[in-house]
Amino acid sequence: MSASVLTPLEATLRAKRDAGRKILVPYVTGGLQGWADAIRAAAANGADVIEIGLPFSDPVMDGPIIQEASQRALDDGATPVSIFEGVRTLDVDVPLVVMCYYNTVHHAGHERFASQLVQAGIAGAIIPDLPLEESGPWCAAADGVGLSTIMLAAPTAPDERLPRVCARARGFVYSVGLLGVTGERTELAATASQLASRLKKITDVPVIIGVGVSNSAQAVEACKVADGIVQGASVVRRLMEGGADAVGAYVAEVRAAIDAG
Amino acid sequence: MSISEKSIMSEPSEAGRFGEFGGRFVPETLVPACQELEASFREAWADPVFRAELDQVLREYAGRPSMITECYQLGAKLGIRLVLKREDLNHTGSHKINNVLGQVLLAKRMGKKRIVAETGAGQHGVASATAAALMGMSCKVYMGAVDVERQALNVFRMKLLGAEVEAVHSGSRTLKDAVNEAMRDWVASVESTHYCLGSVMGPHPYPWMVREFHRVIGSEAREQCLERYGNDPDFVVACVGGGSNALGIFSGFVDTDARLIGVEPAGGAAVGRGQPGVVHGMKSYLMQDEYGQVQEAHSISAGLDYPGVGPEHSYLASIGRAEYPTVTDAEVIEAFQLMAKVEGIIPALECAHALAWITREAPKMQGKTVLMNLSGRGDKDVGQMMEILG
Repeated sequence: MSASVLTPLEATLRAKRDAGRKILVPYVTGGLQGWADAIRAAAANGADVIEIGLPFSDPVMDGPIIQEASQRALDDGATPVSIFEGVRTLDVDVPLVVMCYYNTVHHAGHERFASQLVQAGIAGAIIPDLPLEESGPWCAAADGVGLSTIMLAAPTAPDERLPRVCARARGFVYSVGLLGVTGERTELAATASQLASRLKKITDVPVIIGVGVSNSAQAVEACKVADGIVQGASVVRRLMEGGADAVGAYVAEVRAAIDAG
Repeated sequence: MSISEKSIMSEPSEAGRFGEFGGRFVPETLVPACQELEASFREAWADPVFRAELDQVLREYAGRPSMITECYQLGAKLGIRLVLKREDLNHTGSHKINNVLGQVLLAKRMGKKRIVAETGAGQHGVASATAAALMGMSCKVYMGAVDVERQALNVFRMKLLGAEVEAVHSGSRTLKDAVNEAMRDWVASVESTHYCLGSVMGPHPYPWMVREFHRVIGSEAREQCLERYGNDPDFVVACVGGGSNALGIFSGFVDTDARLIGVEPAGGAAVGRGQPGVVHGMKSYLMQDEYGQVQEAHSISAGLDYPGVGPEHSYLASIGRAEYPTVTDAEVIEAFQLMAKVEGIIPALECAHALAWITREAPKMQGKTVLMNLSGRGDKDVGQMMEILG
């Protein structure tokens, strides 16, 4: 696919952005108790895309909350296949993407994994331990079937690197909000807005901040610069503590906050 | 030996590959740090001033060169000439100090103020804490909670040396989880911190750099064997967890006719039972389930409790240059006692794996010269063995 041809996910997100809507991406760990209902609740309360985590034994980019969620899901027997089966029965009207570690992809095989995603109705993939230099074989498989590979951009990247990351990104660019792993923080890191602003200057692909955006106030702050936000640990914690209803209420709160600006 | 065989164990490809193995599978956040480390190592390794500085500290602080010792009694009993490379006699009691002194010197040169490290048995943690104390850097060591319990003495040692030790309670609570936690720390602290990885694993340049820092083991041993026996050994044997002591000694003999044997624990046989996979920044053989979840290793020795292996070992195995047999915990316990009783040397449980293979295979090696890397001393294991042997 040439860079000028938009994936369906990217076309959707660009249209929303251009219409003035901030993009809200809640994250839910697949296979965690109540995950399917949580996705439905998020979809019904204003999510624009939902990110589904495929639990992995060694999640190096995740902090304690998502680590625990992943472990619980694995202990309950979750596998990529069982999660894809669950996804097919979700019946939600919001694009879905997966977040998974690269060994899950590598082990299945690039083409096979890409086709599994397509069959489950999933629009894209975020693979946090697959940096630009190693991404070629997967991206070729994903491009071949119209899947969006959402690239991560990090605050540590020098200026010359960011345009190459953006050129490879499909759907949106995941602007990593801080130096660190996923988890809730008391404040939005200064790096979050700085990196998003660097990215906005060089790309027209939607720029969405994730990692360390922990509540509706931080979401509003991040959306002053970025096109949207991912809400990960704050959603997963609510799912573990209060179930799908708590997720729905939280997504609605963030939606209202970012709509009000 | 052909020219192509001689180029084995030189530099990996530009992408950090040994054949199909290796690479740099890290979060974007860490890519610039890995690139900076690679450039700094390349520059330092080519700088005679850095090399002289490292040589001096290896000589005057670590106690290099380590000697070789022929095991006359055990050799006679087994019908072989058994020669030990005595890395157990280095300061801090294992080969780990070679790599750590190199990395901490390099980190200092790069302007880093803090190091983080993972540890299994605690040897790498102790070595890291030692080097940090020597060079005035702060040091945090991540150690699986299971290992903290079975290696309490080394935990106390690290604390004495001024390091902070954090027990890791996630996953299998052993070495692989300590690596995860050290990587998470590094993702958050990369601007001030160097990750002092303890084996020939992780993202490029670590597998290459750590092997180069251990090359001194093989270079010395090659010279010592030639001087003493006038010949290269027929077998070079070392235990393999991540595989740093093995690559260190193999590097001195890869261009000879010696058979290179890396002994894995039966419960942690990445090469023997694994499939290619990607974890901890590298592509290598990895014990994993049908969905690519990394499996837990189970070995009597904390230092070998690792489901993966350094990528260069995967490469050496794939081209048939090195062999990776396994031994059981029971064989290891026998070998541990044998070396103590017959030679008066208490080996680390890790190295007892190498000896267990040698004693088992000795009938097929009659009259041969077998060089074994005694990569660490067994003091740290005495408490655990006391419980096992009653």
